[in-house]
Amino acid sequence: MKQYETVIGLEVHVELATKTKIFCSCSTEFGGAPNTHTCPVCTGMPGSLPVLNKQVVEYAMAVGIATNCKITQYCKFDRKNYFYPDNPQNYQISQLYLPICRDGGIEIETAAGKKVIGIHEIHMEEDAGKLIHDEWEDCSLVDYNRSGVPLIEIVSEPDMRSAEEVIAYLEKLRLIIQYLGASDCKLQEGSMRADVNLSIMEVGAKEFGTRTEMKNLNSFKAIARAIEGERQRQIELLEEGKPVIQETRRWDDNKEYSYAMRSKEDAQDYRYFPEPDLVPIVISDEWLKEVKDRQPELRDEKMIRYKEEYDIPDYDISILTGSKHLSDIFEETVAICNNPKKVSNWLMVETLRLLKEKEMEVDDLRFSPKHLAKLIEMVESKAINGTVAKEVFEHIFMEDVEPEQYVEEKGLKTVNDEGALRSTIAAIIEESPQSVADYKAGKTKAMGFIVGQTMKEMKGKADPAMVNAVVKELMDLQ
Amino acid sequence: MANVITDETIEYVGILAKLDLTDEEKEAAKKDMGSMLDYIDKLNELDTEGVEPMSHVFPVYNVFRDDTITNEDMRDAILSNAPAKKEGSFMVPKTVD
Repeated sequence: MKQYETVIGLEVHVELATKTKIFCSCSTEFGGAPNTHTCPVCTGMPGSLPVLNKQVVEYAMAVGIATNCKITQYCKFDRKNYFYPDNPQNYQISQLYLPICRDGGIEIETAAGKKVIGIHEIHMEEDAGKLIHDEWEDCSLVDYNRSGVPLIEIVSEPDMRSAEEVIAYLEKLRLIIQYLGASDCKLQEGSMRADVNLSIMEVGAKEFGTRTEMKNLNSFKAIARAIEGERQRQIELLEEGKPVIQETRRWDDNKEYSYAMRSKEDAQDYRYFPEPDLVPIVISDEWLKEVKDRQPELRDEKMIRYKEEYDIPDYDISILTGSKHLSDIFEETVAICNNPKKVSNWLMVETLRLLKEKEMEVDDLRFSPKHLAKLIEMVESKAINGTVAKEVFEHIFMEDVEPEQYVEEKGLKTVNDEGALRSTIAAIIEESPQSVADYKAGKTKAMGFIVGQTMKEMKGKADPAMVNAVVKELMDLQ
Repeated sequence: MANVITDETIEYVGILAKLDLTDEEKEAAKKDMGSMLDYIDKLNELDTEGVEPMSHVFPVYNVFRDDTITNEDMRDAILSNAPAKKEGSFMVPKTVD
């Protein structure tokens, strides 16, 4: 068999985190009752006029700057014409001729090493409504709550050669955008969507093969499977001497098969023209500088700073900075208790364990940094012991309890009264002649029994180090 | 008339515009479109060397809104002209990809 190379380019749609839609003052909030976030503009009523949301332009600029693009300082919108019920105007306002960002790229890292993936352009556009197919009547129901929600479409160069590179690119892109606060980028909820353009060529060939576009990919795993499936399908066609047809295909992740949605040959003629209802955007050098100056610290810079500032292991740094939300919790907690190693430990061990156990995502974390900081202080000052701290943390994790108050209410405070401890231990030793005999016979393990009984008696609230010391002392006296 | 619109073109434009045209309407549309293109040819005779392309008449730019929600739920008004509605949604003929 011939050797083939896979050539992949991505079109990534990202819903921007604005409060309102791109061209009207309707809420973008997710999950409202159908059509309750609509107005004459986003339902395409005759005579309504769009007015651009400034925040959309600034988010698009921020993403462009962070992905090393050139910002188009004179840019415009265009109309893309097509008929579909999810699009009430019969056109989508998008950008064809002068997209806001061009010629960028981001560096990805895979097992094969580092590589730059080019970004051809980023343009602003509006989302479409949602169609629900009615089960009872032969009709579809249209909800325009999503119509007019701002999107940016990030078009890569065909620079990727494997599913691994595609996932690395998407993860990097997602982190950059999350760090900028421009979107939450959730694939499952559709706030980040990737269309995969894929073609096959013989190794060493000069020209790319005919490409197909795959849609409906809503997880990294689905993307990886779809790439493998489509690669195989195209190779089989070429091996059989059949042509690959340029078309849009829909991936069915349950059946692990894609099927043709529409062939580009029929009526994919969008008749773009400049949008007459919106005036051009002129981005002055001052405005561009303002947005640049406001750019937050991105992950790569953050990783370097953590290493210098906090002296925690590289692995911890990569996990902590792998989520904007987690790194925010980390930094806020450290700012209060100034103990980066302990904070990192609580996040890396107990937090990740509980997330896994409760099947939650990092973004679902809701506890306040000041409560974690307080807990760490309480452990450091030996107000509570490690076992109790874990128990309290679980309640901070789930209900964000105030640890001091919680410990007080539940009576979990470590008993540091040595006199009381001594008499408790002495009583236990008295009742356990067998353990004493074993201990004297050299079975040091017998001490463990006494320690265990003591902790039980003290309801776990004793300082383990102190218990050990006193038990040993009293046993040796026997 | 210098520009002749072919049957294929009128058929294609009809598909794009989602119009079912009768033979008579097609003939009329062919004539209209031909004369429109003639007029464009006329415009093309003008020497536009050194003239900036223009997509807007007025020298206005950067008209923005702040990102503040001012619209409230107006679903009843939005749906009031819909030919068919159900459960707060517009009802349309069944449409699948």
